[in-house]
Amino acid sequence: MQFGIFSVGDVTTDPTTGRTPTEHERIKAQVEIAKKAEEIGLDVFATGEHHNPPFIASNPTATLAYIGAQTEKIILSTATTLITTTDPVLIAEDYAKIQHLTDGRVDLMMGRGNTGPVYPWFGKDIRDGINLAVENYALLRRLWDEDVVNWEGKYRTPLQGYTATPRPLDGVAPFVWHGSIRSPEIAEQAAYYGDGFFHNHIFWPAGHTKQMVDLYRRRFEHYGHGTADQAIVGLGGQFFMRKNSQDAVNEFRPYFDNAPVYGHGPSLEDFTEATPLTVGSTQQVLERTLGFRDYVGDYQRQLFLIDHAGLPLKTVLEQLDLLGEILPDLRAGMAEGRPAHVPDAPTHASLVAKAGGAHDATLHAVDDVTGVSV
Amino acid sequence: MRRLVVISAGLSVPSSTRLLADRLSAAAVEAIHGPVEVDVIELRPLAHLLADNLLTGFATGELAEAIETVRRADALIVVTPVFAASYSGLFKTFFDVIEPDLLTGVPVLIAATAGTARHSLVLEHALRPLFSYLHATVVPTAVFAASEDFGEAGLDSRIERAAGELAILLSGAPRQRARTLEEEFADPTPFEDLLRGA
Repeated sequence: MQFGIFSVGDVTTDPTTGRTPTEHERIKAQVEIAKKAEEIGLDVFATGEHHNPPFIASNPTATLAYIGAQTEKIILSTATTLITTTDPVLIAEDYAKIQHLTDGRVDLMMGRGNTGPVYPWFGKDIRDGINLAVENYALLRRLWDEDVVNWEGKYRTPLQGYTATPRPLDGVAPFVWHGSIRSPEIAEQAAYYGDGFFHNHIFWPAGHTKQMVDLYRRRFEHYGHGTADQAIVGLGGQFFMRKNSQDAVNEFRPYFDNAPVYGHGPSLEDFTEATPLTVGSTQQVLERTLGFRDYVGDYQRQLFLIDHAGLPLKTVLEQLDLLGEILPDLRAGMAEGRPAHVPDAPTHASLVAKAGGAHDATLHAVDDVTGVSV
Repeated sequence: MRRLVVISAGLSVPSSTRLLADRLSAAAVEAIHGPVEVDVIELRPLAHLLADNLLTGFATGELAEAIETVRRADALIVVTPVFAASYSGLFKTFFDVIEPDLLTGVPVLIAATAGTARHSLVLEHALRPLFSYLHATVVPTAVFAASEDFGEAGLDSRIERAAGELAILLSGAPRQRARTLEEEFADPTPFEDLLRGA
């Protein structure tokens, strides 16, 4: 079971001080948070992708590579990569490159994005959202899995004799998760390929999550990748904790009440009941998180959103310290009663082992004139 | 068993909007052959939940139940007070938060109340286009009741005519529903088809 954090990289005014960080501060803060995540023993750091203010989440590849250079163990991921509006050729190249630079510490989560104008900004039509996700991902798979690709589709210039470089590290592509809140087609897509399925989970009632995860598990089995309970499931989560429950509620309430996503709407109490948000003591966060299994089954990856809504860096780092304190109990709790046939989330090492060992996938071109391999 | 769902957006108690809704519903029950189950949804108690739904994107509690009730409806009677020359914001918010295909093919009787008869065309310029957009089948006779109509002859016959038309629409061929999200979850489109569609 992997634990980690995911960030949308929002630049939000701290409602308690009225201060808004600069982009520079926020970008640097994200790096600090990622390094801290490794320090407390988390397994995954993931960053979102947005192409508009108030986010600093454009160009996730630079961010992940930079963090990769300053960390040793933590897996770097996206949450999410916009498979709809990003050229799959660039995704193939960029993430294979990060794979090499970080010795395989990278995977990806595909998403369709939630900002309507991103589609026209990148020359796409939002009504094609699902079809773009399907076609672009099919091409991405081929670019990683086949050395030379001839391809023609609806949404991109055809490719003839194209080789995406570098080839995936050890001949094994990064593991891919597909994220969606309410689109059955995406659960179907994840199941078809035997990829992971990630449900954002936060901001939504548990019923949404359960429905999508159930569908994905059922179809994972249908497509012959294993039994339903062996499907690779990830969940989001959101908490604010202090030693004392009431301190957490008092401190977080102004951030909740003014948060960009749900602020000025339901009360903190109603929202924590309706969604997986937990605001309280470390013990409460521990118990609520362990309860996620009750409706999705034993799963593989748990990511928490902790740096958002204007929370200052200092507070976010304190939250990570508290998460570090309950991490052993989280791991022990999730391991309890977990059947032996339920797999862990795939990693580069496990994928290499499954492929029968590492092999260098470098494609040496042949000189047209001399016929010599160069 | 036919399921008739009555939606009333009246705000005061007692409410002339609810009064009109009840008379329409009684007339419809009489006009429809066979047993009818009537559910009345008052929007006033759902006002906070509706505002929350606008902000969070999902319905909770009694609002979620009300939406499920509408999902199961064979026919609707919808009644709004006239506010600022149109349906009330509360009335519109309810239809803003339901899934857009929920009313496809559903017979809907539209009705409104106001302090003056000068607002009567609200039914034609605001409510009828709204329910046409939602692909509902709107009953030809819409019922408008100004305060003064409650003391005059004529409202009865309009109520009866509209209820009769609703009953006729209900007796026709079963409604053609769009494939719902629930159906897609139960029986997903195979991925090969999605690949071919792309």
